Amino acid sequence: MSENQNNPADTSHEVTVTPQAGTDVERFADPGVPEHKHRLTDTDPRAAKRAERTVTFLFVLSILGTIGSIVAYVMVPPDGTTSGVRLSTLLIGLGLAVSLLGIGIAGIHWAKALMGDKEMVQERHPLATNDADRAIAVKDLNDGLQDSGVVGRRGVLKGAFFGALALFPLAIAVPLIGSVGGDWNVSKFKHTMWRTGTRLAIDPSGRPIKAADVTVGSVFHVVPETTDEFRETHEWINEKSKAVVLMVRLNPEDLKADQSPPGETWSHEGIVAYSKICTHVGCPVALYEQQTHHLLCPCHQSTFDIADSANVVFGPANRRLPQLPITVDDEGYLIAQDDFAEPIGPSFWERLK
Amino acid sequence: MSTATQDTKHEAPAKPTTTVGKAADYLDQRTSIGVAVKEFARKVFPDHWSFMLGEIALFSFVVLIISGFFLTMFFEPSMALERYEGEHPASMHGQLMSVAFASTLDMSFEVRGGLLMRQIHHWSALIFMASIVVHMMRVFFTGAFRKPREINWIVGILLMILGLAAGFTGYSLPDDVLSGNGLRITDGVVKSIPLVGSFMSYMIFGGEFPGHHIVPRLFTLHIFVVPGILLALIALHLFLMVLQKHTQYPGGGRTDKNVVGYPAAPVYVAKMTGNFFMVFGVLVLMGATMSINNVWNYGPFDPSPVSAGAQPDWYMLFLEGSLRLMPGQGTEWVIFGYTLPLNVLIPAVVIPGILFTFLIVYPFLEARVTGDDREHHVLDRPRNKPARTGLGVAFLTAFIILALAGSNDLIATHFALSINAITWVFRVLFFVGPVFAYYVTKRICLGLQRKDRELVLHGHESGRIVRFANGEYIEVHTPLDEQERWLRVNYDAPAPLTIAPKTDARGVKRKGYGADKRWQGLSRFFYEDRVSPVTPAEVAAAHSHGEHDELTGSEHQAVEAGAGTSREH
Repeated sequence: MSENQNNPADTSHEVTVTPQAGTDVERFADPGVPEHKHRLTDTDPRAAKRAERTVTFLFVLSILGTIGSIVAYVMVPPDGTTSGVRLSTLLIGLGLAVSLLGIGIAGIHWAKALMGDKEMVQERHPLATNDADRAIAVKDLNDGLQDSGVVGRRGVLKGAFFGALALFPLAIAVPLIGSVGGDWNVSKFKHTMWRTGTRLAIDPSGRPIKAADVTVGSVFHVVPETTDEFRETHEWINEKSKAVVLMVRLNPEDLKADQSPPGETWSHEGIVAYSKICTHVGCPVALYEQQTHHLLCPCHQSTFDIADSANVVFGPANRRLPQLPITVDDEGYLIAQDDFAEPIGPSFWERLK
Repeated sequence: MSTATQDTKHEAPAKPTTTVGKAADYLDQRTSIGVAVKEFARKVFPDHWSFMLGEIALFSFVVLIISGFFLTMFFEPSMALERYEGEHPASMHGQLMSVAFASTLDMSFEVRGGLLMRQIHHWSALIFMASIVVHMMRVFFTGAFRKPREINWIVGILLMILGLAAGFTGYSLPDDVLSGNGLRITDGVVKSIPLVGSFMSYMIFGGEFPGHHIVPRLFTLHIFVVPGILLALIALHLFLMVLQKHTQYPGGGRTDKNVVGYPAAPVYVAKMTGNFFMVFGVLVLMGATMSINNVWNYGPFDPSPVSAGAQPDWYMLFLEGSLRLMPGQGTEWVIFGYTLPLNVLIPAVVIPGILFTFLIVYPFLEARVTGDDREHHVLDRPRNKPARTGLGVAFLTAFIILALAGSNDLIATHFALSINAITWVFRVLFFVGPVFAYYVTKRICLGLQRKDRELVLHGHESGRIVRFANGEYIEVHTPLDEQERWLRVNYDAPAPLTIAPKTDARGVKRKGYGADKRWQGLSRFFYEDRVSPVTPAEVAAAHSHGEHDELTGSEHQAVEAGAGTSREH
């Protein structure tokens, strides 16, 4: 630390213990920075030498780690199987980890054992600018304002300036906002692709379902029947996101109620179909408990009673799952009577409008 | 630092002779970098293990950038649908999926080291957020947010929020079932916002969920916008830290007017570099040995399936838990035919809003109720600010209960408990837990302060029993050395604010009295119970009276009566 003496601007100095005489009865006096304790490596040259060797060894280990990592990269290519990929990942990673940890531990050990560890003290200065400089700064700002020639006059110019600045982003924002939401037709939330006569099909195969194939107690994940070409498009994924249905056949005597309005029958011989999109925030409600007829959303545990109109029995959902009205066609296939009677999925502001 | 550059500082510029000296001279003549070197080479930084927590966050971010760059070389942010032609993994062969998901599979199975980098990147993100949170705890509990560092505290909160944004946007990129359901939850939450919810959902997805725009949009946010702002704010965070000089823990010789520690060169440079490699090494070790987010097990996004027991990354758990705890009955309101789903708005918007507001407001609130306008550079020991420590623990308790609630299904399956019962317990705990935690923490702090008083007044128990000639036994106490004592007496125990009376001398009611009264009430909440530091007079009194029967009296007086009155004897 001898260079400090060459450098008067450096305010740091080595610590000296300067306890002030503490005669104050109200507060104790600061005893000053504790006396510096020497490390073993400061006093014992053999310990210093040992630390030096350890640090060197760690750097060499790091080099070996890097080499090992590259050897692993070349010699153990992943063969495509999961375990092969794991092995490659493990070996490259372990080599790299040894390489990095070697440098890391060596650096810290070097700093702690061999580099100077004398505490130093530097002064802090108040952060606020001193009064003289502040006065100059304020004056400079005022001079600048005066030079601009707009203080207290040229009101129209100022108005035009701020107006122009405020408006120009619109030329970017309007086209952006105009296009960022696609067609902005948010009423699409309210409808799905179920139509009168759409057959219920098994997800994901797309095979239509005959009512006779639905045994009591079984659960079907159902999508609308459609063409194979359509099933390879983005439109399908969007529509499927709204149209998925969970279908269950209960013993007719277990079915306490469904959502059929008076005079209509939305279920078919104990087969009920409900929207699979949770009315809470829209997760697919997929866990059906056969014994209790409860349907549980695995995301936030909203629980719906399938035997009783899919009413909410627990959890954060507020509304029951909308029911898909179903019946059978001439060939015995299950079909939709119509689209859902209300918007499916999570609530939104204009849902009932 | 070669000797050549040292010499140029003082004497008439002698020609540098060494290569390094010549290079330094060349650079300095063009940049005056010597000024910066003079300023920073031996700049003193205080030392404490907890100052390393923020470094871990910084270094995880560097690792995120390095591993993230690797990933961008192979990831294709496109939602175009394709049949997967790759042979590996076999379960995915021939499936219809987005190019984004296919390129994720490809970089995991075909690119050597690709899976390693993916796993390093994911683990780094988790550690990044964890170290930010723990660093914030350190700053909060030691009062490092006080003047002049309020601005840097806010910058830090913004960094945390951006970290959440970075994690969220990155998590959804592989376009797998799990992250797709995460996006779906986001969609549901966004739709719940009054008036504009539906339009915001369209804005995010470019139409209906999921559409085919979201992955490219998230990609741009994830690799450009969010890290760009993060970098800028990290630079500001560090600039302010250097400008204001680092805080230091209390101890002998450490004041608000100095910095005690080690010089940047060489000790800090070596330790920080070493720490960077340590953090990097540990993250690589995690990436190499612990598999994370095996997207091929979940499959490409399909709106129908969902896996049970799915969890978001840990830093999103509190939001998930908040959504899970909210009861649904009676919380969806229809007003004039418009739907207001409070069962989503409250847990997903209001609760996080309250948590973040508390963090942002707290430094200003505390300064106001303390009536404090000084610069603080010496940190508090948490016990010496019982109300703050209590509030911090209460906050953490709320956060942890929400996070646990986000795992309530796993708790139910692991411990064979009823999920309904667990949910109800958490619903109650969310309100009761923080209050209880505040009370207990504050009492523990006060207890520790009393312990400190006792130690200062009577010293350590030496374990040595002495028998006097008259038969009396005493235990000898060794007095504390001055460093030990200084640590325990060098703090402020502020009293509640005093305010001007309600009416002035002529009996006219004062304007602003009501507001003052409310601030005073809040100030009382903070500082009504306090333990004052021991004064020399008290030590003298304790010694002159000899034995520790004295202790109880003085202690009570200090706690009950408030201000540390020097005792009269």
